[in-house]
Amino acid sequence: MVDYRLMATSPSIVVDGLRVLRGSVIVLDELSLEVASGRVTGLLGPSGSGKTTLMRAIVGVQIVESGAITVLGKSAGTPPLRWKVGYMTQNPAVYGDLTVRENLRYFARILDAAPESVDEVLETVAMTPFAGRVVNRLSGGQLARVSLATALVGNPELLVLDEPTVGLDPVLRRDLWKAFNELAESGKTLLVSSHVMDEADHCHDLLLLREGKLVATGTPASVRQQSGKQDLDEAFLALINEEVA
Amino acid sequence: MSFRATFATAVRVLNQLRRDPRTLALLLFVPVGLVFLLEQLFADRREVFQQIGGPLLGLFPLIAMFLVTSITMLRERVSGTLERLMALPLAKLDILAGYALAFALVAALQAILVSIVAFGFLGLDTQGPSWAVVLLAVSNAILGMSLGLFVSAFARTEFQAIQFMPAFIFPQILLCGLFTPRSQMASWMRGISNVLPFTYAYDALYRATKLGAFDGRFALDLTVTVGVTVLALALGASTLRRRTG
Repeated sequence: MVDYRLMATSPSIVVDGLRVLRGSVIVLDELSLEVASGRVTGLLGPSGSGKTTLMRAIVGVQIVESGAITVLGKSAGTPPLRWKVGYMTQNPAVYGDLTVRENLRYFARILDAAPESVDEVLETVAMTPFAGRVVNRLSGGQLARVSLATALVGNPELLVLDEPTVGLDPVLRRDLWKAFNELAESGKTLLVSSHVMDEADHCHDLLLLREGKLVATGTPASVRQQSGKQDLDEAFLALINEEVA
Repeated sequence: MSFRATFATAVRVLNQLRRDPRTLALLLFVPVGLVFLLEQLFADRREVFQQIGGPLLGLFPLIAMFLVTSITMLRERVSGTLERLMALPLAKLDILAGYALAFALVAALQAILVSIVAFGFLGLDTQGPSWAVVLLAVSNAILGMSLGLFVSAFARTEFQAIQFMPAFIFPQILLCGLFTPRSQMASWMRGISNVLPFTYAYDALYRATKLGAFDGRFALDLTVTVGVTVLALALGASTLRRRTG
């Protein structure tokens, strides 16, 4: 008998002693962490803290110095995972000279996803009215949503989203976080990075990263408790000061 | 490698070209204009036009595809779309074969158009069948594509990529035998031309159009052309990295 309860609780991502160098600079230093399945985990930290590098390592496009990353029970970057992990890069990686729909259809074809899945994804990111527009003519916010949509195509189990809500208006941000939570409720795992602390309250779990090291982990409530601060911005500062002291 | 992903990539590349009608028009009509210019230039010396006209038809696609591929592939590398593709279930060969398929189609159109004008309206003669010129033009286009793909790995900007054209292509045009028979070249120049792929591409065209000789030497020319194409594609594929620093 397979214990489904156990499967549901086993983490989607396990990072163990991860070390990444860029040139001679240590970007991630002996980093170990877990990302729980079926939850929205926020990867927070200031710009340059190593969030993007960690995400690149998880999707398997980053050269890693040492350490192990297990994603959905397999070593990060192995071919079967390319079907199961959706990745949204920080800079929109879409073809500017194609329409929104042409871009998504390309991704759908590669992932062998049904053409209708493109429509569903467009709906999720509220881009249906702009489906026929050439990407180069979109606004920054619309562009970010197309990039997000490429990660959602193919119904991946794990979504790795690098700053998906940056530069978006508040209404759209709220809608997207709602969509992320709905995806988690349907059993998906989401790792979402942000450098804006305000967004932390939309997440189930938090990973606070600073200079390639984990400063704190836990639910938003427990991070508040650890630091003794209600405001998460202040909590973050307090936790850093604690480390330094 | 999968047919689905290769085909998807070819469709995507063709869609990109379709959305860029100016480039498409330049690709298709510039060779026609150049052949017309050549015919006018040697209006009093028809034998010169007859001598170099045929081989030139087959070399246009090589030059055009070299440029188009090196720039498009550079864009994929710089814009982040290549990294995005590397996180998808897509083999490197799918990307390359997809490009080859799309550009071969454009090259065939280009060659057919310029052949119709040259053989039909400008009185260019060919000893061999005119479809042989079109076929050689397509194989040369794929050679140009694979060379462009390979050198794109050594360019960081589009300016550099364009400069590879005079650095990489012009010497080959000068030494391939088009302007001076190779037998009349100084031995060191002939030595260099012996190892340049253009020499064999030109010789095959010369044999097909001027001599109508599909002999052993012609077979050698074709073998070298195809061999260099495969080699450049393999080298080009090795420059597409799944993991980067």
